[in-house]
Amino acid sequence: MLEDWEDRAARGLAFLRRRLNGEYEVDEFGFDPDLNDSVLMNVLRPLYEKYFRVQVSGIENVPAVGGALIVANHSGTVPVDALMTQVALLDHHPARRHLRMLAADLVFTLPFIGELSRKMGHTLACNPDAERLLRGGEVVAVFPEGFKGVGKPFSQRYRLQRFGRGGFVSAALRTGVPIIPVSIVGAEEIYPKIADLKPLARLLGLPYFPLTPTFPLLGPLGLLPLPTKWHIAFGEPIPTSGYDASAADDPMLVFDLTDQVRETIQDTLYRLLLQRRSVFF
Amino acid sequence: MLVIGADSRLGRSVVEALRAQSRVRSVAGADGADASGSPAIARLIAEADPDTVIHLGLEPRPSLAGGRAAMKERNVIGTMQVLAACSKAPGVKRLVVKSSGAVYGCAPRDPALFAEDTPPHQPPTSGYGKDVAEAEGYVRGFARRRPDVAVSVLRFAPFTGPGVASPLLDYLTMPVVPTVLGYDPRLQFVHIDDAVRALVLAAIGAHPGTYNVAGDGAMLLSQIARRLGRPTFPVVSFGSGLFGALIRRAGIADFTPDQVALVRYGRVLDTTRLKERLGWVPTHTTADALRAHAEAIGLKPVVPGWTKGY
Repeated sequence: MLEDWEDRAARGLAFLRRRLNGEYEVDEFGFDPDLNDSVLMNVLRPLYEKYFRVQVSGIENVPAVGGALIVANHSGTVPVDALMTQVALLDHHPARRHLRMLAADLVFTLPFIGELSRKMGHTLACNPDAERLLRGGEVVAVFPEGFKGVGKPFSQRYRLQRFGRGGFVSAALRTGVPIIPVSIVGAEEIYPKIADLKPLARLLGLPYFPLTPTFPLLGPLGLLPLPTKWHIAFGEPIPTSGYDASAADDPMLVFDLTDQVRETIQDTLYRLLLQRRSVFF
Repeated sequence: MLVIGADSRLGRSVVEALRAQSRVRSVAGADGADASGSPAIARLIAEADPDTVIHLGLEPRPSLAGGRAAMKERNVIGTMQVLAACSKAPGVKRLVVKSSGAVYGCAPRDPALFAEDTPPHQPPTSGYGKDVAEAEGYVRGFARRRPDVAVSVLRFAPFTGPGVASPLLDYLTMPVVPTVLGYDPRLQFVHIDDAVRALVLAAIGAHPGTYNVAGDGAMLLSQIARRLGRPTFPVVSFGSGLFGALIRRAGIADFTPDQVALVRYGRVLDTTRLKERLGWVPTHTTADALRAHAEAIGLKPVVPGWTKGY
């Protein structure tokens, strides 16, 4: 017990020394694995383990080496689902893989959030960045519903929105990496958005300003998400390496693959919802 | 070969490196300031009759050029004069232009790395970046009019190394580095020796096109400050005005608004094309380049023993 604490203290001091001296590496995207693994993930872990009690299935569908593109449903008013998927892959994948998220441009215009997001390994959702990461053998995650997904009203929960313009499919085709459809159950109920204050959102430059049963009624307390029980299901990979080089520019193929991914996620969501006993347990 | 801007730190090294090349017969140099005086540069190019012109005359520091107006004159009009003189010289077969990553501007909505054909989200609207963008525009025009001339444009990351001075380096080596609260930009450097090597490769071969030149990797501003042993001081900044004024007050006269944008949003260049087409191999990564610079100026950490060095 005592040795365990000594160990921890030594590790903590070594971390502090590295931070003070700047003796850590940051990649070209601004990803700081040292900070991410030692601090940021530790902050999220209680939320993952104790609060949302995330159950993971099919994580072996993510390859241990090489690039892969994770495509998931997006929801919850605040994109906590993305962060929980990141924890899942780091903690439960045998190769402890880092998930590189593609985030909306709004994230990078915000102070603090943009900075933290880059340090966690996220980057701007655009094809050059996605393809560069995938070519570099990283696991990249994309949420093609974007703000339409995160900010959808509570009545629309688990109904997938339009899947962007299929840019993620062409990125996967160009780099030949498998697409892994991921279905996240539980995130859609954490902040039940019952209304949207559009004028206030416009004033603040936000895509929406949510009203939930507790926010802004209860003030800061309303920021607490509902403790729903989560399930993150990693689906069977859809290979893209069998197509030739021009496939990424074939709009029909891109649409077909986009639909295939979307339907896989939607079907899995309905199946998991049927199996679910309750929202909270 | 004719080097314009041979009076600068970069120019001197380029002239020296070219003279050491056995394939180069003779190297003439002209001062950067000459370029903006039309007759001088026209006469020089007519007399020297070079087959290669290396234009290093673009000057990022207003104080060295004699104010912002004079700097614009020198950068834009000077480049036009050089191009005009070159188009009158049938002997010119190669033109190499020193440009800058500043043409990309910097904005949070840009991709993480700029490739040569990445359209900037917010093209620079003032200062050095705009000068460079305009100068590049005239260079492209020249390349269209004279297809027999191989025109290479090299866009450099900020320089470091012995003898290099710049407002950005002055800023990073302040005893306390003010930063913009809530932002931690990615910065990139190129060691002056690697920059010279890229210019020499472009000058002795025919490689028309635009190329990014930067050391591998990137560093965060906070990380740079820690490695250099400098505490940071976050400043609340809504516009760029106040922050820039603060640093100019601290004695770095040339800390222009584009530098402020750089230390807020950062900029990283993709150098794949230069490596593939010219076979350029940098000897310094971004971190090495910074270390080399700190060693060259004998930088001491502000708090002794805080960092091991750089």
